[in-house]
Amino acid sequence: MALTQTDRALVLALWKKMSTNVGIYTTEALERTFVAFPSTKTYFAHLDLSPGSSQVKAHGQKVADALTLAAHHLDDLPDSLSALSDLHAHKLRVDPANFQFFSHCLLVTLARHYPGDFSPKMHASLDKFLGLVTSALASKYR
Amino acid sequence: MVHFTADEKAAITSIWDKVDLEKVGGETLGRLLIVYPWTQRFFDKFGNLSSATAIMGNPRIRAHGKKVLTSLGLAVQNMDNLKETFAHLSELHCDKLHVDPENFKLLGNMLVIVLSSHLGKEFTVEVQAAWQKLVAAVANALSLKYH
Repeated sequence: MALTQTDRALVLALWKKMSTNVGIYTTEALERTFVAFPSTKTYFAHLDLSPGSSQVKAHGQKVADALTLAAHHLDDLPDSLSALSDLHAHKLRVDPANFQFFSHCLLVTLARHYPGDFSPKMHASLDKFLGLVTSALASKYR
Repeated sequence: MVHFTADEKAAITSIWDKVDLEKVGGETLGRLLIVYPWTQRFFDKFGNLSSATAIMGNPRIRAHGKKVLTSLGLAVQNMDNLKETFAHLSELHCDKLHVDPENFKLLGNMLVIVLSSHLGKEFTVEVQAAWQKLVAAVANALSLKYH
């Protein structure tokens, strides 16, 4: 499963449109993940997860920065995400199933905020992109 | 058996009342076939599925999407009794249709995304959570008669 030129163009177009607001959406996606899939909270016992939490916002921004990096390094995802993969694999040890919960909630968030841009093709390209990021993140697990 | 709180039931039914079964059902099924193309395996006899445009414009897909969503309406009306409600459909999907239950999860999540894109602000964090619970429970109920 690789990204076609069309996939890349679509993903980058949305990223350009979101501009400096990516963090707002990843934060909302995190909030949705915690409420819709409560088991995901087990990885964040050290954070205040109440609505509007500045800690969740800060984490959302970290995720946003990583996704933006990924979007601009589609040709070498495993390499660019290598450090993050090490972190998630060896230190955080987040079960990879959880990345899918977050990816889904990010799609829900983007569909809600950009319905006009969220064509089936854009949706498919985003889903593929997030799938590749997830694989890259899980690549060091074992 | 899954228990839905009064708030969850309210969140689900308030949204359901606004759903155009054909429009949302058609879009949900269409997107499923586009985003996860392997799901087309069940729809060989449905005509032109050669492109995203063809799929979204295919009247048979639209009609089938409406059918599927109508069944989901049964779930909304029988949230306390999903196992019995879907027993027959579960047998059908296993014995006649041979559908991998994984697909029920894919379709459920696809519906959540479509609802989000249509409802915008109304599709709050809590509303989404209630719907995730419902689609997961329906997916589970549909898999119970598999053998």
